[in-house]
Amino acid sequence: MTMNPANAPSGKNTGNRKLYGSRNFWSGLFFGIGLIAFMDEVVFHQLLQWHHFYDLATTRIGIVSDGLLNSFAWFSGIFSFFMVADLRRKNAFWPKKWIGAVILGAGSFQLFDGLINHKVLNLHQIRYDVNILPYDLVWNILAVVLILIGVFLLSQTRSSQKKKKAGNSHA
Amino acid sequence: MPDAGEFLPLFLFAVLLAVAPYFSAVFLSNKKQRKWPTYRIVFWCLGAVSIAAALIGPLADQAHADFRMHMAVHLLLGMLAPLLIAISRPMTLLLRTLNVSSARGVTALLKSGPFRLMSNPITAAFLNIGGLYVLYMTALFHSMHQSPLVYALVHLHIFLAGYLFTVSIVYFDVTPHRFSFLFRSIVLIIALAGHKILAKTLYASPPEGVPRSEAEAGSMLMYYGGDAIDAFLIFFLCLHWYKAAAKGEASFF
Repeated sequence: MTMNPANAPSGKNTGNRKLYGSRNFWSGLFFGIGLIAFMDEVVFHQLLQWHHFYDLATTRIGIVSDGLLNSFAWFSGIFSFFMVADLRRKNAFWPKKWIGAVILGAGSFQLFDGLINHKVLNLHQIRYDVNILPYDLVWNILAVVLILIGVFLLSQTRSSQKKKKAGNSHA
Repeated sequence: MPDAGEFLPLFLFAVLLAVAPYFSAVFLSNKKQRKWPTYRIVFWCLGAVSIAAALIGPLADQAHADFRMHMAVHLLLGMLAPLLIAISRPMTLLLRTLNVSSARGVTALLKSGPFRLMSNPITAAFLNIGGLYVLYMTALFHSMHQSPLVYALVHLHIFLAGYLFTVSIVYFDVTPHRFSFLFRSIVLIIALAGHKILAKTLYASPPEGVPRSEAEAGSMLMYYGGDAIDAFLIFFLCLHWYKAAAKGEASFF
């Protein structure tokens, strides 16, 4: 992260990040959702061609859910860049909180895709003509691990927020 | 291209016809006002070429028989051309070219009830995406290829509804009735979802008489082409948010 040197006092500069903590969180979450949806499209649909555009077994509600989810992910991925630019402009970008939220967003999307889209709505499977169980397990466990890492990083930015406050009151 | 000579004169004539009024307006208004930016002129020309390519020439000819080409026409006419033309700000140009009293008449018309209703993003989304559902889910698609009049009306609707939707979501041009960034974002997301849902539905159950392979390729072109052009729409919507956010905090709503 580059700080505006004009605003940087000696020691660690946190800028306006505390004022914009929740905006850091949302922009990270949006970026994570957009990123994982884009990776899903590029890696599994286009490169590996494991996923099918439409496997003709999909229910109506499955197509509707997938359309809404993907169009939201497309929007939020693009919007998140502008939110980051806005935070940087306000000297309020908080890398750790942002990255934590990115990982949480990516994991949540992956878990939703793996459980609701693949299993409940039966939208499409990860791969066809194979034993799907190991694929599903890897997919969803990875999603849970991502969520846990994201929550861990975010909780650290919380405690560092509290410590700072405690430190300030002592001074 | 062996038959380029046949369509080229008509093609160029159509482009010229579309470009001439814009150029005249730029020329006239530049006399009294500051210079009209060149990039807007370029975008108007690109928009005119997109429309002409959709309606005249080999693409338009094949669109009658081939669903993939039909979708390419739809992307050009209903999505790309409206975006290019909106960026060129024809309404702003018109208002600065007209004398004050005529310009007031135009703005009064834009502020009137019917325009207020039509420029609501929800109405515009219904006219745009809803119109597509009517086209592909009813017998209209079939009768469009039977009657030149119906074909012309459908294509006029595709362009006008696409343009209306574009300017109702992103305020490139003069916009009397404004809605919040959040509201327009939600409508855009739902409209884009509607476009994706329709594309996948067409993949599974194409209009009557469209062969399986053409339907699959055509609906995938619709899906990914729509994504690509809508990415620009989202980009400009967010860019305007970014500019507004520099001024104040209440810019989400």
